Amino acid sequence: MPATRVFRERAFQLLTSDKFWRGAVAVVVFILIWEVASRTDISRVPAPSAVVVTFNDLMRDPSYWFSWYLSVRRVFSGFIAAMLLGIPLGLAMAVSRTFYGISFPVFEVLRPIPPLAWVPAAIIFWPTQELSIMFVTFLGAFYTVVINVIGGAQTIDVRYFQAARSMGSSGWDIFRRIILPATIPSIVVGATVGIGIAWAVVVAAEMISGGGSAGSMGGAKGGGLGFFIWNSYVGGSYTQILVGMISIGIAGYISSALLRKMGEMVTPWLRDQ
Amino acid sequence: MKDLQSAFAGDVNVSLSPASLPAAKPGDGAGRRETVAFRLTQWLRSPRPYLMLVGFALFLGFWYLTVEVWKLPRFAQMPGPTTVISEWLSPDPTYGLSIYSPEYYQHIWVSWRRVLIAFLLATATGVPLGLFLGWSQRFKDYVFPVFELLRPIPPLAWVPLAIIMFQGSETPIVFLTFLASFYATTLNTMLGVESIDVSFVRAAYCLGAKRRQVFRHVIVPGAMPFIFTGLQISVGVAWFSLVAGEMVSGQYGLGYLINTSYTMVQYPTMVIGMITLGLVGYLTSAAVRVVGNYLMQWRARELAMGAER
Amino acid sequence: MNAEPARARGGPDLAANASAAQERDTGAIRIANVVKIYGSEGAGIRAVDDCTFDVPAGKITVVVGPSGCGKTTLLNAIAGFHSITSGTIYLDDALLCGPGRPQADPGPDRIVVFQNGALFPWKTIIDNVAFGPIVQGRLSKKESFEKARRMLAESGLRNLESNYPGEISSGMRRRVEIARALMNDPKVLLLDEPYRALDSLTKSVMHEALLETFDRNQVTIFFITHDLEEAIFLGHHVVIMTTRPCRPKKIINVDIPHPRDYSILTAKRFREYLDETVEAVHEEALKAFAAGERER
Repeated sequence: MPATRVFRERAFQLLTSDKFWRGAVAVVVFILIWEVASRTDISRVPAPSAVVVTFNDLMRDPSYWFSWYLSVRRVFSGFIAAMLLGIPLGLAMAVSRTFYGISFPVFEVLRPIPPLAWVPAAIIFWPTQELSIMFVTFLGAFYTVVINVIGGAQTIDVRYFQAARSMGSSGWDIFRRIILPATIPSIVVGATVGIGIAWAVVVAAEMISGGGSAGSMGGAKGGGLGFFIWNSYVGGSYTQILVGMISIGIAGYISSALLRKMGEMVTPWLRDQ
Repeated sequence: MKDLQSAFAGDVNVSLSPASLPAAKPGDGAGRRETVAFRLTQWLRSPRPYLMLVGFALFLGFWYLTVEVWKLPRFAQMPGPTTVISEWLSPDPTYGLSIYSPEYYQHIWVSWRRVLIAFLLATATGVPLGLFLGWSQRFKDYVFPVFELLRPIPPLAWVPLAIIMFQGSETPIVFLTFLASFYATTLNTMLGVESIDVSFVRAAYCLGAKRRQVFRHVIVPGAMPFIFTGLQISVGVAWFSLVAGEMVSGQYGLGYLINTSYTMVQYPTMVIGMITLGLVGYLTSAAVRVVGNYLMQWRARELAMGAER
Repeated sequence: MNAEPARARGGPDLAANASAAQERDTGAIRIANVVKIYGSEGAGIRAVDDCTFDVPAGKITVVVGPSGCGKTTLLNAIAGFHSITSGTIYLDDALLCGPGRPQADPGPDRIVVFQNGALFPWKTIIDNVAFGPIVQGRLSKKESFEKARRMLAESGLRNLESNYPGEISSGMRRRVEIARALMNDPKVLLLDEPYRALDSLTKSVMHEALLETFDRNQVTIFFITHDLEEAIFLGHHVVIMTTRPCRPKKIINVDIPHPRDYSILTAKRFREYLDETVEAVHEEALKAFAAGERER
């Protein structure tokens, strides 16, 4: 099959490139330094070897995967809400100067307030803890998506509009066939960055609601990977902390990569760039 | 590149290819004061300030009505705008915190100081690193993979590790903030270098410059606009992480304030904390932008010329 | 803004540069059997194929041809931005690139003026112009600035010196860029469609300014363009390239003496040369069209 041949060729190219080996060497060196540093008493950081062992054990622990599930659920619900609300809002702002004039200043004033500062307010307002965490996650992704959509719509070359008008397109047509497709790449970018932010927010929100030295908020059991990390810290199992960190890193990376792939599928015209 | 810019710094256009230089009128650049006065009158004559007022009125109105007038179920538990504002501006606040209480400024100062230290450290390390990553392919081959490996881990996930690694309660928080800021700065600087139109570099070589001179005369000034956009993003990210760090551990600071006023059911104070955060965050970003505009006179003038299109 | 050509003002500098105005014998480029393939050996794009021609010293050689045919590749090879796959390029008696040395080093003996302009936007005009000799260490800052002022004055651009490139018109930016190049006494000036983005009125002023500059310096000029009138108006020789992979199809020696001005545009000789050129280029353009060339 040509597809597997292409893959093998690419893999071969990768493995024989200088670039790959330089990167690989650096990563190995990094891990070695980490291992050595952890064995001395300079830092109390657990060793990579210990982390691998713990990772292995945790893979068989269902509550670990349940944490994954909880975090993923929160991230994605907040993210999807951000997309569902953010894209129309951004498009509306890009299309109507009046609407932009009314809503953008308010938006810009609220934006500098970090999503995490909303956590206590969200807990007061929303009936369940899940909803409050999802709300904060939503906020994190929402700002990014809206800004990217506006930015994307602003860069549409005015000649496309002129061409469409001269061919007799109605306002709705122009929106559907010009504005929407041209904004899709920016939506994709906004989504990819937004989901990264959403992960960052979820982790902190879980830590704050489930733990925190200021006392537990909104109930004892938070759940999720953030809570898992915090719990491991409180419980003294430091290797688990690192496993949690790496897990989140992987989760964040996979989500962004997935979105990027989906984005590429939706924008075939950009492929040759 | 656009993703990071857009996420935090709004609509700053930093395209630097030669073709984007506007065909401006010859002659001296407009005096700065005249432009400001001119722009202000233009702004006042446009519908923009009035739409803005409408927007704020709608927002505040919504808040006021749902919380204080109609007292809708979930909303009623929140503090309304009048409560918050009267508390904030009162010389004798119910919960002990307003613009008249020194404690307020203490919190602001503590948070601000942490952000400042972290941000300065991040800039001092991130900008040079980013410059080298963009300039030397070999260096990038070695260093970038490790960088990218650690990047997906949200800075906030480092909290417990930071607490373990560092003594005291200040250092972990500053470290956290530094980390987030560092990533944003390095990445944006690197992308900035990579976005410099290759014609500038080639022109410099043609004119007889050696590698180090090209770096100094082309790469560094050429990447400046991108660096400053990155710094604005970096400041935003710093506040973002700082608040999280403060909420989880540490004493004093705006994040801590929000947290404790929540637990002590002093909700108006909590909202005051949030608003203050927004204000201070915005001011620091604006400060970075202003410094950037001042250092890059050539860019400010170029954009001023282009604005007349 | 005083932008009159120096000639019209009867500038005294002409006398001072009398020695420079004599025929130059440096800056000849020999291109011999140059081949350039982009991409891997088997599946690459052959941009230039067995291209051989001479760029005589002290003359203006204009290269024309259909889009994407490889003209810029040649310029880049001479300048040292790209490598060549085989063949040789000599500058006077020195090998620029050839077997064992596929890419030349860029340097101040062959300076490029770029299509979209490459004045450093973050430096003032005078800083830009004085840049070359300072970084090469040939002149001190003070000397370089003085020389830069003189060159700007010659082109009538003196009062722009403290402006930034973003503040002046593109026509002026081109002229400053040429001045910046000439500061370094290059053997060859490589111009890659420098006036492409300008309107025709500005272009005609640019042409006269360029010819005037050439009168003073007699530097070898290698000029790429699509504008056939421009080619004949400026050039001593016009090299017409085939479509990709490019090689010289025809070389026209334009036998109209320098200094030239716009009155020659309606002269019979000019029209004859233009007809010849248009016919040759048209043939190639048709071939390129049939082959579905993508406009770069």
